[in-house]
Amino acid sequence: MYVADSRAGTRAASAEGAVRPRAGRRRAAVAPTVLALGTVSLITDVSSEMVTAVLPLYLVAGLGLSPLGFGLLDGVYNGFSALVRLLGGHLADRGGGRHKWVAGFGYGLSAACKPLLLLAHSLTPIGLVLAADRTGKGLRTAPRDALISLSSTPATRGRAFGVHRAMDTAGALLGPLVAFLILRATVDGYDAVFTVSFCVAVVGVLVLVLFVPGDTRTKAAAQTTEATSSTGPGGSTRSGPPPAGERPARTTPPPTLRAALSLLATPAVRRITLCALLLGLATVSDAFVFLLLQRRLGVPDRWFALLPLGTAAAFLLLAVPLGRLADRIGSRRLFLAGHGALLLVYALLLSAWHGTALPYVVLLLHGGFYAATDGVLMAAASESVPEELRSSGLALVQTGQALARFVCSLGFGAAWTAWGDRTALTVSAVLLTVGVLVALALRPTASEGPA
Amino acid sequence: MTLRTRLLVLVSALVVLAGVGTASVLHASARADRRDHAVPGGPQITAGPVALGTRGRMIFRNMAWGPHRDELTSVPASDPSGPRTASKVKCLRFYAAGGTGVCLQSLHGPVQDTYRAVVLDSRLHATARYDVPGIPSRARVSPSGRYVTWTAFVGGDSYAGTNFSTRAAVVDTRTGRLTPSLEAFRVVKDGRTHHAADVNFWGVTFAADDRTFYATLATHGTTYLVRGDLRARTLTTLHPNVECPSLSPDGTRVAYKKRVKGLPKDAPWHLYVLDLRTLRETPVAEPRSVDDQAVWRDDHTLVYALPGDYGADLYTVPSDGTGQPRRISTAAVSPAYVTPSPARTRNPPPTTAGRSPR
Repeated sequence: MYVADSRAGTRAASAEGAVRPRAGRRRAAVAPTVLALGTVSLITDVSSEMVTAVLPLYLVAGLGLSPLGFGLLDGVYNGFSALVRLLGGHLADRGGGRHKWVAGFGYGLSAACKPLLLLAHSLTPIGLVLAADRTGKGLRTAPRDALISLSSTPATRGRAFGVHRAMDTAGALLGPLVAFLILRATVDGYDAVFTVSFCVAVVGVLVLVLFVPGDTRTKAAAQTTEATSSTGPGGSTRSGPPPAGERPARTTPPPTLRAALSLLATPAVRRITLCALLLGLATVSDAFVFLLLQRRLGVPDRWFALLPLGTAAAFLLLAVPLGRLADRIGSRRLFLAGHGALLLVYALLLSAWHGTALPYVVLLLHGGFYAATDGVLMAAASESVPEELRSSGLALVQTGQALARFVCSLGFGAAWTAWGDRTALTVSAVLLTVGVLVALALRPTASEGPA
Repeated sequence: MTLRTRLLVLVSALVVLAGVGTASVLHASARADRRDHAVPGGPQITAGPVALGTRGRMIFRNMAWGPHRDELTSVPASDPSGPRTASKVKCLRFYAAGGTGVCLQSLHGPVQDTYRAVVLDSRLHATARYDVPGIPSRARVSPSGRYVTWTAFVGGDSYAGTNFSTRAAVVDTRTGRLTPSLEAFRVVKDGRTHHAADVNFWGVTFAADDRTFYATLATHGTTYLVRGDLRARTLTTLHPNVECPSLSPDGTRVAYKKRVKGLPKDAPWHLYVLDLRTLRETPVAEPRSVDDQAVWRDDHTLVYALPGDYGADLYTVPSDGTGQPRRISTAAVSPAYVTPSPARTRNPPPTTAGRSPR
């Protein structure tokens, strides 16, 4: 789950900022594939956040429904999407790197859902359309991250993910702006919002199809893979991470489902998944952070919607510089440092400091936490996951992290209810400290990032 | 494919898609014109004075196409599908009682819509305005006209994120004092003070004493009917599985939507009436799922909205479980049966005691 879980509106200025860190850094350019994928994500996020931003309004003001019923459906789909992500990861690895086509199917599915929103007028069909949309998102995420990872060298991976996440967030910030401009120019123009969203999504799919290379491996490798994938103990013959040198020999074991699962038997993968899980368990969801911040400061309600924007803007600005930093000091180290920033957020929320700078500092750190962990985790995981299982491996780590955060949300809500917000946050801070320490203890044996 | 071919494909696709997108926006903005024209066979609407103190009128948000779309509109209560008189006041949701109205409006900002609640006097002049933190959904006024309440959906502006939460606000129009959220009140559940982070309130309805009210409380995935006390600032749970209560004029029963097992998840509600003394529930004879806070036309009749061709239509059904639902008005939502302000008038407005100009 990226930060932009709940953003409401945006300003163009922050979106422009997305591109700026990259400009003037030509020598540090990322692979064209990464730029192409970043463009696809940017365009797709404009499309999907357009719909997201107007959906509650459409339900209440346009259709006269109450979104509470919809919120109920929502939880069901979120669990489903985690499973779909694993499936997408596995499918992309099968047959030797179908990443582009699985991702493309995911993007296409989401695009096809937009016009269907025009036909759905009650909660069940709308819920089904959004479920299909989310299935598309679940399917495409892991193959896309695998493509980014496979098309960059270990030494530039942090930067590559940073550029991608910044472009992604820029799109997410632009989406609501476009939607509200359309609503202003029209009368109840929800149909126009959905139609434009569809057109934008199609452009995203086209950019993917036309400008993202189809296969990161050779045909020969793919054929070998097909030939041996039918039987045998799968990937159990392989153990340990590939040499950090990347692009190992093309004759690799078949990426069967069992091979994907046996990834967990790989110490390095297990370790990073464990880290992601542990730290995820102490990652209080954005909604709670904003709520706590609002309570601490008495932020007026009408500004509440701007808090997620602050985090997103910080994420946007910091994603590239922190990605570059990850390449320099090692992505695992930065991943941990990011959680240090989160710990600082907790500490500030618990502290007695009441300065006017508090919300800015908290949101900056919170965005920094995402910039230092979101793409960086994928970069770190890429070091341990063999190339032919890259997509499955990344999906595994992402799903583990998402589930851990989900458990954390449930637990935090319960703790808040039972003991109050401060105690709940203190417990989270302690858990996070323990998590960071355990992660530190696990690290020495793991292969440290690139030189 | 060469780069040139690919660029060519992309550019031609962009031209086509830009055309489609532009056409859809133009189509939607041209709708302003179409929606400014009444649909043949639709209700007859003329502009005119609308007053909140005129006995025997029903006032609602008119959703029929034409120049008076979304305006507060009045019809004879005895002939709700009859000719409509439209004020110039536009509201998303509306309610009125005792000569006071509440109108929840959207304001088009440069980037995003914001919302406000406007308190109206009996001639629909704004007397106070309050920011509403999210998309407004329910509105009520106490029978005396003194207290005004509304519910808004806050946050949850992402379908990839968390659920929606609600805030129910109460205003004392006499003092202007605003309680932005009922969460400031003490909740008593099963005899004990209940603390929970996930508490949400919506659908407030007032009793005639200007002290008691009822509302929905949601916590831990369950909804409850709560009785509130404006003076003691407490809320006491009474009965589970109650949403959007609506108190009968005699104060003895509450009509509400209840989640019924076996119904689709998205349309799980049936209208019920709860006797507050015996806590006995009676289903009303409306087979469809109703997502609205019903209005009592009198002590025996409920009125509520269901989705219709132009947004919503109004239906009526007896409150005792007998009879059949009947559509009384098309393209209408947020009805209020207005009555003059009660005799004990320390509070305004004096002009509404008799018949207002019509």
